Amino acid sequence: MNSLHEQLSTDIRFQEGLKTCISCGTCTAICPAAQVSEYDPRVVTETVQRKNEGLLIQLLKGDEIWRCGECLSCKTRCPRGNTPGYIIQALRALSIKTNLFRESEQGLLQLKVKRTAGDHILKYGYCVYIDEVDTDRYPEQGPVWEWYRKNRETILARLGANYNQSGAGTLRKISDQSLHDLHAIFRETGAIDRFQQIEDGCYNGVPDEE
Amino acid sequence: MVVITEFLMKNKNQHWLSYQKEIADDHYYFARSCIRQNFFPASETIFLKILREELGKDIFDDPEQTTCTGIAYHSGILPFETTMTVVARQFALMTEAGYENFICSCVTSFGIYSEVVETWKHFPEEERKSREALMKATGKTFNLPKNLVHTSDIIYKFRDEIAAKATLQLVNQGNGTPLKIVDHIGCHYAKIFPDKGIGGAEYPYVLAGLIDAWGGEQVDYPERRHCCGFGFRQYLIKENRGYSITNSRTKFESMKSYHPDMIIANCPGCTFFLDRWQYVLSEMEGKTYDTDGYGIPVLTYEELAGLVLGYNPWDLGIQLHQVDVEPLLIKMGILYNHNDKFKGLDGVDVGQPDKPQVLKIIL
Repeated sequence: MNSLHEQLSTDIRFQEGLKTCISCGTCTAICPAAQVSEYDPRVVTETVQRKNEGLLIQLLKGDEIWRCGECLSCKTRCPRGNTPGYIIQALRALSIKTNLFRESEQGLLQLKVKRTAGDHILKYGYCVYIDEVDTDRYPEQGPVWEWYRKNRETILARLGANYNQSGAGTLRKISDQSLHDLHAIFRETGAIDRFQQIEDGCYNGVPDEE
Repeated sequence: MVVITEFLMKNKNQHWLSYQKEIADDHYYFARSCIRQNFFPASETIFLKILREELGKDIFDDPEQTTCTGIAYHSGILPFETTMTVVARQFALMTEAGYENFICSCVTSFGIYSEVVETWKHFPEEERKSREALMKATGKTFNLPKNLVHTSDIIYKFRDEIAAKATLQLVNQGNGTPLKIVDHIGCHYAKIFPDKGIGGAEYPYVLAGLIDAWGGEQVDYPERRHCCGFGFRQYLIKENRGYSITNSRTKFESMKSYHPDMIIANCPGCTFFLDRWQYVLSEMEGKTYDTDGYGIPVLTYEELAGLVLGYNPWDLGIQLHQVDVEPLLIKMGILYNHNDKFKGLDGVDVGQPDKPQVLKIIL
């Protein structure tokens, strides 16, 4: 079995993300996640640069790698061409692959993402679809959304959408052939396996609904 | 001293000129946005109308396209290989339709498409693997786009043509002064690849150019380039939404003393968050970020173009925003029928939304 660092090094996002970090902290200064949570991209980058297996395991089973918001502001600003956001993508993938995400409260919350955005892609062909966005799970949507969603068929028709119908247009029903293609791509490229790993890892973890 | 200051200001405002890119003139393959279709459901229809009817362009709206998977990918539930292969399928659809110029409505998607193309440049083996996976899964193959841009780039390119057809300018009709407009650029428009954005990451001009061309006044404020706070998984997971609202709040607090008349955004997610979090902050903190209690209206660039071109505001879907846009219509001197605001197809009565506790809304 290759070391965790060797496994990380095969990920192209890691190869792109880590050149040589000079630990200047510019990424942390610009990072929206660092402003609101226990997340420090400078420390994460410095940690993976050390190639210390023990420290890497701590990262992979901790909450910190799940705090990044992937805005990629760090890519713009790093004076040495590093991208901590890409390093995070590689760390998250390895955390799930090694099942270390099960030891993180934030890692377990991936089940909620899988059961919303992930399942919606395979069910509807969209990451998000109006039928699934209720104000219980998304109270910030507010009363206008509630009114719109309740009357969506006539309102969307008024606005020239093609809601839940075949053919082109806004919020159209994605064809069976296109959904079949998505399923086939997900199987072929490992997404179905990752979904199963998230489901299995969270079998007694967090509930999927509030 | 005054001369030096004027020189510096003039040159500061010209920094965007160093970042330009090629934007195809016609014949576009149009990739839709998951978020824009749900939350701003008339915007893409308006975009197609402007392209076809106002500008006489050829644009193909393909029913077979799907999500690019960007939100799921950036939330950490999908392998990059999956996203690259879904992107390959979108390019295959473009190829099958006989197009070479790929334009997308979502800024997350623009980042995804740009990243995949760049990845394939630097790692040709990944392109070979994506081609094999696509062939095996779907039997499809593809050509790379010759031109890949965001739809806001298209409106920017034709901003003067739109200005020539405009029925009004971005001016407060009450006092004749330009409307003060905040532009918000989605992070993935230019922060990943500054050379792929008009004006780059530090001085993006893609929306500021619309403001300048249509008679408004840009608002420069300290947190102008700060993220709206989407955060992908941070928003999708209810427990983590404090990340999202806190970042939006940072922006509102920074812009409020400049008294903006509206915010415009090129990313559908940003438009959504900057609208909805104002509502939540008003409920949580009992305050709004304008002086009249209505909040700062947040528009997509398609909606703004539609208003400038004199379209019926209710055909633009702006009544679906939580922050009411009607006070802005009044400020702009737009003629409209208030009674049509909350109607369904053919004027059918579907009632009205409930009033929020704090944020005012004209019902």
